[in-house]
Amino acid sequence: MLLDVKLGQLPTWLAMRDFTPGGIVGALRRGYDRYYNKYINVKKGGLGGISMLLAGYVVVSYIWSYSHLKHDRHRKYH
Amino acid sequence: ALSAPLLPSAPAALRSLPPPVAASVLHTTRQLHTTQQCLAPLPPLPEKGGEVRYGLIPEEFFQFLYPKTGVTGPYMLGTGLLLYLLSKEIYVVNHETVAAVCILSVIIYGVKKYGSAVAAFADKLNEEKVATALAVKNEAIKSLETAIEEEKKEQWRVEGCSYLFDAKRNNVAMLLETNYRERLLTVYNEVKKRLDYQVAMQNLKRQKEQDHMIQWVEKSVVQSITPQQQKESIAKCILDLKALSKSVQATV
Repeated sequence: MLLDVKLGQLPTWLAMRDFTPGGIVGALRRGYDRYYNKYINVKKGGLGGISMLLAGYVVVSYIWSYSHLKHDRHRKYH
Repeated sequence: ALSAPLLPSAPAALRSLPPPVAASVLHTTRQLHTTQQCLAPLPPLPEKGGEVRYGLIPEEFFQFLYPKTGVTGPYMLGTGLLLYLLSKEIYVVNHETVAAVCILSVIIYGVKKYGSAVAAFADKLNEEKVATALAVKNEAIKSLETAIEEEKKEQWRVEGCSYLFDAKRNNVAMLLETNYRERLLTVYNEVKKRLDYQVAMQNLKRQKEQDHMIQWVEKSVVQSITPQQQKESIAKCILDLKALSKSVQATV
């Protein structure tokens, strides 16, 4: 769905979306179900299923704490 | 937790199935069709999940970049991105980096060494679950098949019932006939006895009359023989006897 949208049509696609709480929950549910059925709900699931989730968590937590980590830089000007 | 709202709607159909079949469905949180048409059997789980390279990046990303940049495109993108983050210090190298490197190395060593063993163990557990479910299903199928066989045999027996009833009807007819003939015989015997009695009565009466008449005739004859006639008859007899004796003497 989102991958089929061309880049120029992105604003119109975004305006078409359902931004009600029910719609947002539905979108989150669909996303979760897609990920779950592709990587976890299989007969021989590998390491990639959870490791991608953990890597995403690491990246998101790094982004959230970037304002604190800015002060640990070694050089002031890049 | 997220799959709980799915449970009332989709397995309403699953609950209507008999318990052994419902127990055979291992993942009830699958996205089932909401219409009532595609219910059972559920499609089997896919064998392998989506391909992930180095445990972090899905294979689709590499395929996405392949037409434009070939095989090394994503690696160059990764290297360039990494160097940019390091040089601009968007990624800061501090004590946490050292900790992350140690932790990651331990994790990777553990996965490389024991990964296959753990996977085999988990697969064995799954196999056992599937085997028990299959056994239940086969059990149910076998019991239903034996039930079908029994039913067919019962139907065959019902066909034979007609012969049984014919034989029974014959028996009853025979009994009725026998009874009827016995009663006929009884009636005949009774009537014959009555008629014999009448005949015997008549015979007795005639005999009695005859005897009585003979006696009466004899008595009257004896009474009518006077003594005079008796003497005359005796003399006649003696004369006859003498004549006879003479004739006999002559022949001898």
